[in-house]
Amino acid sequence: MKRDVIRLGETEIEVHEEGSGQPVLFLHGAGGFNPKEPHVPLIAKHRRIICPSHPGFGKSALPDWVDNVDDIAHMYLDLMDQYGIAKADIIGCSMGGWITAEMLTKAPERFGKVILVSPVGVKLGPVDKLDIPDIYTMSPPDVPKLLYHDPSLFPFDPSKLSDEELSVFVRNRESTALFVWEPYMHNPKLPHRLYRVTAPTLFIRGESDGLVSAHYVEGYAKLFKSSRIETVAKAGHVPHVEQPAAFAKLVNDFLA
Amino acid sequence: MQAWHFSETAYPYLPPADSYPSIRVSLPNKHYDPEKGADLYDRYLKEWQIAEEEGLNIMLNEHHQTATCVDPAAPLMLAALARLTSKARLLILGNPGANRRQPVRIAEEMAMIDVLSRGRVEVGFVRGVPYEISPANSNPVRMNERLWEAIDLIVRAWTNHDGPVSHEGRFFHHRNINIWPRVYQTPHPPIWVSTTSAGGARQVGEKGYIQATFLTGFEATRKIYDSYRAGWRASGFGNDVPIDRLAYAAIVYVGKTEEEAYRGAEKLLWYITANKVAPQFANPPGYVPVAGNVAMMRGASHPLSEFAKGASVEAAIKAGFLFAGTADQVYEQFKRHYGYVGGYGHLLLMGQAGFLEHEDTVAGIRNFARDVYPRIQAEFPDTTISGTYADVPPAPPEHALLSRPASMGAQVMDARPMTPLGAARGA
Repeated sequence: MKRDVIRLGETEIEVHEEGSGQPVLFLHGAGGFNPKEPHVPLIAKHRRIICPSHPGFGKSALPDWVDNVDDIAHMYLDLMDQYGIAKADIIGCSMGGWITAEMLTKAPERFGKVILVSPVGVKLGPVDKLDIPDIYTMSPPDVPKLLYHDPSLFPFDPSKLSDEELSVFVRNRESTALFVWEPYMHNPKLPHRLYRVTAPTLFIRGESDGLVSAHYVEGYAKLFKSSRIETVAKAGHVPHVEQPAAFAKLVNDFLA
Repeated sequence: MQAWHFSETAYPYLPPADSYPSIRVSLPNKHYDPEKGADLYDRYLKEWQIAEEEGLNIMLNEHHQTATCVDPAAPLMLAALARLTSKARLLILGNPGANRRQPVRIAEEMAMIDVLSRGRVEVGFVRGVPYEISPANSNPVRMNERLWEAIDLIVRAWTNHDGPVSHEGRFFHHRNINIWPRVYQTPHPPIWVSTTSAGGARQVGEKGYIQATFLTGFEATRKIYDSYRAGWRASGFGNDVPIDRLAYAAIVYVGKTEEEAYRGAEKLLWYITANKVAPQFANPPGYVPVAGNVAMMRGASHPLSEFAKGASVEAAIKAGFLFAGTADQVYEQFKRHYGYVGGYGHLLLMGQAGFLEHEDTVAGIRNFARDVYPRIQAEFPDTTISGTYADVPPAPPEHALLSRPASMGAQVMDARPMTPLGAARGA
């Protein structure tokens, strides 16, 4: 297990690494990367898992010019270059799934297998209905109900966090807003670019996910040449957090 | 001293506050009756005209998707006022530069009104309160940066007279900027920026624009003005900061008697107590700096939201954001505040809010204009240099304070849940 800070162009990015073997990139969602989450060692038993914190998340810098998921996708292709990884498998959760999809359209030949976990990034539905519910107009206590199958297991208590941890939490939230605000949670171009992707792709969705609907995932998966969908029981938008063992089994089986 | 009559043109005829989660952003407009709304516009315009007759200047502002301020396109109201008035200076405070997509359009609107009014416009810019974010679909992150780029671009559009120029900035792109009409005033209308944070004020000082602060009381106002002067001096404008660079907005009501004043003032506090805003609109991510949000999660709260929990005329006067009483009392309260914060050249009077009816509003305007304004104009001339502190404690003396008239009975506090008025209105 190691934690590095690398420089991608002019941006300092923190990277957590664990395990050995064939590399798999793990791109976190809006909550940021937390190395204590139990799915990490479960995957690291079999693979070298490389987990960068996106610009503006964790300890990663956020330069003035960065404001777009596309910017992050470019950075992570550079990360692969710097790590000497010609081809990798990749896992992206939620907003990290969106970054993954952008990377795939730019360099499809550099990815072996792809796992998208409750991904956002495309707009499939009608113009007068949001594909992803607007978390910024919801009453704050309602948001965890969409994120978790059982929100009572994940209470948020600021008094249990250090100032540093709380600052990271607030900054992650701010950076998420920067990246997903408009167009909300998607890039209108992305569906038209995904035809380039040939890698086998697994979509994973928690059955109680209140943000990314089953219908949305079905539509998203159809944009990929080779895809299938797995649903995790008793999980919401973050199945890797709520059902780490079931999640890791799906991942490890698919990547094996 | 310049005084400005300010109304948010509220629509107060709402269902009970406990029947809706937020007066801002999401309150359905089925509660707005256009007939009543038209009457209100007539009335508010008339009040501005009366303020002009009484020798006051005029100020208006802009908010969106809210009953508290039904003026979502302030330049339109400003244009109407340009034709309904002939003497008063017309301050728009202000244009939400970070929330509008095309700053050149703002430059055009302001130039047009400057010509329509023959040079009476004063152009303010605001970052905007957090609940403006959602109506504008505006990204809450990097608003300050957008606002300042917009202001710079607008000034350039106003001051360029030799054919198209271009702007390729971080947020805005225009290849052919060449506005018609040009502005009436030379080189351009006075520029105001409102901020209620010391950091923001320094930035305004560095530009030398007029700094307005709203309801920041004694201590915070003093810090804001100090910070403005530091910015002004750092930019090499000189050691002396003219008093006309600084403005303070207070709720103001002057009555013939203490009882009259108390009744009027209490109605004006609607401005604070009616501002029921759902937390997701009051504090979108990125609006308040990270450290500020951490402090709030640790229990810090905004002084105005604390005040709103137990709002009273007495407390508001002591806090320095309400000047209310007889002419003598208001004079004393104002003088105290002026001296404590080091002076300012503009008093922005929130002289109408909520259920303060037309007659009472007009009485308040007239009492101020006739019985207070001449005294403070004579005593605090526009040629003063700011930053001289009077050796006074912030609280006004007993005889300048109002107390609840016995005839009014006990105050009935509105128990509805309150959320921070702008959380931390940092700009």
